Amino acid sequence: MADILVVVEHQEGVFKKNTLSVVSAAKVLAGLSGGEVDALVLGDGVAAAVADVAAGTGVRMVLLGEGAAFAKYLAVTYAGAVAQVVKAKGYGAVFAPASTFGKDFMPRLSGLLDAPLASDIVGLEKEGDALRVKRPMYAGNAIGTVELVGSPLLFTVRQTAFDPATMGGAKAPVEKVAVTAEAGGTAFVSRQETKSERPELTEARAIVSAGRGIKAQENFKLVEELADLLNAAIGASRAAVDAGWAPNDWQVGQTGKIVAPELYIAVGISGAIQHLAGMKDSKVIVAINKDEEAPIFQVADYGLVADLFKAVPEMITELKKLKSA
Amino acid sequence: MKILVAIKPVPNPDEKVKIMGDGSGIVLENIKMVVNPFCEIAIEEALRIREKLTGEVIIVTVGPKVSEQQVRTALAMGADRAVLVEAGADLDSLAVAKVLAKVVADEKAELVLMGKQSVDDDNNQVGQILAAVLGWPQAAFASKVEFAADNKKANVTREVDGGLETIEVGLPAVVTVDLRLNEPRYASLPGIMKAKKKEMKVVPLASLGVDTTPKVKVLSYAPPKQRAGGGRVADAAELVSKLKNEAKVL
Repeated sequence: MADILVVVEHQEGVFKKNTLSVVSAAKVLAGLSGGEVDALVLGDGVAAAVADVAAGTGVRMVLLGEGAAFAKYLAVTYAGAVAQVVKAKGYGAVFAPASTFGKDFMPRLSGLLDAPLASDIVGLEKEGDALRVKRPMYAGNAIGTVELVGSPLLFTVRQTAFDPATMGGAKAPVEKVAVTAEAGGTAFVSRQETKSERPELTEARAIVSAGRGIKAQENFKLVEELADLLNAAIGASRAAVDAGWAPNDWQVGQTGKIVAPELYIAVGISGAIQHLAGMKDSKVIVAINKDEEAPIFQVADYGLVADLFKAVPEMITELKKLKSA
Repeated sequence: MKILVAIKPVPNPDEKVKIMGDGSGIVLENIKMVVNPFCEIAIEEALRIREKLTGEVIIVTVGPKVSEQQVRTALAMGADRAVLVEAGADLDSLAVAKVLAKVVADEKAELVLMGKQSVDDDNNQVGQILAAVLGWPQAAFASKVEFAADNKKANVTREVDGGLETIEVGLPAVVTVDLRLNEPRYASLPGIMKAKKKEMKVVPLASLGVDTTPKVKVLSYAPPKQRAGGGRVADAAELVSKLKNEAKVL
């Protein structure tokens, strides 16, 4: 099969680690169907640093498309530029992360190329000669087996489903490619970053998430204290975000972030289907909730039926004891 | 402003779906179908824009005739009229987007609002594909939409990883909506009565001349891996001890 292109996500020059899982997924396809895996970095001056990181992830080469028009990410310019590269080089498949980056421009690319897109994939297999794609549907309660017809094949990849490729390996060559951008009536205005010293939700080894049971924004202090002891990221259920207690990008669930850390602690979260869809692949799940009927307990390895305002401070005390032991 | 809102009926998202024994589909008998929750937010936003700027809100759906129940719900919320493109339920995102593009052109819509994702297929594709097919700007995952004084442009705040991002889009444009954009209203009783008399144009798919041959086919469905779950601990001390010594995650 023709070669495979991975579109690298970066936040104005900062390489995003989700690309590592995307490279792994692309290599699964290469193993099944042949072809080599290349990476594409779009951006302005800062993109060279990203290309340098991408070059160490085991790809054959990195294509670098630079220009002032790519200084800020826009779906319109990205989809257009990727389409140019795909046509010029004849790629047979394009991969991107199923983050708000990939979910934004990849469908636009699908429309531009009239090419099939499988969203949020968790597996790739061969059935005889035919490629079969696995992807979660219905809030993760069904795994669909999907067939794609046409070319190029487009995929967005669920980060948690593929082990990340290693970073810092032998450097692949970086080649500049000419791409033009038509912003087509779209312009970047501003970005409001959620400031945090903690690990990112999708990269954290541990996550402490809070829901309706936390009752008020100021009570997140308790969650923060627990998270700090575990070097954990902080997540939230939709109820907590809707109530304005937590920023939108903390939301874990079907339509928010999909996470699978080593340890997920759900505090005062009942466990609606939509929330479970975002965290049920975590390695160890802890639930603290005073309602013993809460559905979160059905997926929890360690369920503690208790008032969180009593249990969490006790847990903090125990963890401190452990640390000082 | 002439606003087109594309909607989709989905199985009640608060119920866990069941997969047919042979894996060929999802069991839909005795399942309540509702307007996809993100589509409700899109309808609400369209109604609010009409309240401010005047204009017309047109609902469109692509699917089987029974979808008219959910279309009536949208009309009962306050939309003006509807177009139902009668088609099988097996159209993929590309096909639906191409059909919608045709309706958008026929209706000369100035803004298309739709949910960012339907909670059945979880694709999150149609709005962005539609924008590409029309050659229009797109703003996906909107949590705020503000029009410029001349109504020729809008600033759209988008829910993205890491925070919020605001972009400016020239109209016409496609905007897909996220959870925090608004709180959708319920249909009132007078609204439900009025909706029965509102125009619903049923258009056969074949009459639009769009190639809807699927490029993405779902061949079968299987249940996900089940977790054992259900373990209990008595107190915080036992929890921390087990996390350390049994699960070894501390």
